[in-house]
Amino acid sequence: MLKKRIIPCLDIQNGRTVKGVNFEGIRDAGDPIELAKKYVLEGADELIFLDITATIENRNTLLELVRDIASEINIPFTVGGGISTVEDVSRLIKAGADKVSINSAAVKNPQLISAIANEFGSQCVVVAIDTKFKENEWKVYVHGGRTPTPLSTVNWAKQIEQLGGGEILLTSMNNDGTKTGFAIDITAEVSNAVQIPVIASGGAGTMEHFKEVFEKTKATGGLAASIFHYGEIPIPELKKYLSKEDIAVRQIN
Amino acid sequence: MIAIIKYNAGNTQSVQNALSRLGYLSVITDEPETILKADKVIFPGVGEASSAMKYLREKGLDKTILSITKPMLGICLGLQLMCKSSEENDTDCLGIFKTKVKRFPSFGIVPHMGWNNFNVLKGDLFRSIKKTEDVYYVHSYYAEINEETIASCDYILPFASAIQKDNYYATQFHPEKSAGVGEQILKNFLEL
Repeated sequence: MLKKRIIPCLDIQNGRTVKGVNFEGIRDAGDPIELAKKYVLEGADELIFLDITATIENRNTLLELVRDIASEINIPFTVGGGISTVEDVSRLIKAGADKVSINSAAVKNPQLISAIANEFGSQCVVVAIDTKFKENEWKVYVHGGRTPTPLSTVNWAKQIEQLGGGEILLTSMNNDGTKTGFAIDITAEVSNAVQIPVIASGGAGTMEHFKEVFEKTKATGGLAASIFHYGEIPIPELKKYLSKEDIAVRQIN
Repeated sequence: MIAIIKYNAGNTQSVQNALSRLGYLSVITDEPETILKADKVIFPGVGEASSAMKYLREKGLDKTILSITKPMLGICLGLQLMCKSSEENDTDCLGIFKTKVKRFPSFGIVPHMGWNNFNVLKGDLFRSIKKTEDVYYVHSYYAEINEETIASCDYILPFASAIQKDNYYATQFHPEKSAGVGEQILKNFLEL
């Protein structure tokens, strides 16, 4: 049976992890490689690295980091942040990224999704949607959630699928950082509307929240950052819990 | 020496990285002599079937692959190209395996993306691997199970997870991305 994926997200700035981490046995908490290796050993199913500076000067630092990650890590990983052209994608894939995540650039130029899919295959195109519930509607936001767009979240998700997107990473801005649980309604709606995998993101605070999103929606992955970074929910415990609750997850022997 | 076949649809670097982690040197090459002289050959693949077959034929790599006598391991699209044909743009493939490649029916989530375990598992490639262990898949097309199948997996329907004929081995999953389990399978192949 296909397992539900648990995916830690690492924010990167100038080649270093940004959010403070508090892990025993990690010498340099700012070192993305060391943190990533720790997650792999604990049973993370995939990793996402998000370059939050994403300025032109930092692109080479990021490429070097991607090369290092690819040589050290034996599970799939996605790189996102500031990707706006097929050339950006080509450099990241050549450096060893398995997938890239695009967001604002896809909203601005939806054909970018098809262009990347045609060149490198749908499987490597993750389209991230930042969504917010406002005035009774789930709408798409861009530029790190600062700018509203007229796009309805469900319609945009369907369009992503039609254009050849391989996966949707859906972050609810209403829930992000609240630790009150994933946005079940929009995650269910989006994952019912498309036939490509949907990763739920934003709001995870307890192990029950993962159970809830996997039981009540068709999301095939759950993403979180700080609860993993601060060790609030160790991945092995989360997987043990989900398994006991009859949700199929990968176990490390 | 291990040769990794270089063509227009390979995640060759990921495979080379995985081999280095296991302590094996490898060369990424499209030269027939180097490929035919290698002790082991790996035929990776991420991409689309018809353009990959076209490229292989143009470069004469189709004939090289069919002449290999040492163990060869096809991965993902590599497996599909080793089959008789693929529904992906109606492509005639290498025909090493008798089975055909079809698209997953559209009533499930496609691609099959993520970690999945085995139904059937046999042979040296899977020495010390258990059926309950998971490996990483990402694919929209699958090879039908036949008598050459050495491992099967269930997603929407049962499909061939690994196939073997003589010195030709292939896996639909990505051993180079399948953590410790994948490393063990690669090691088993390298020790054949």
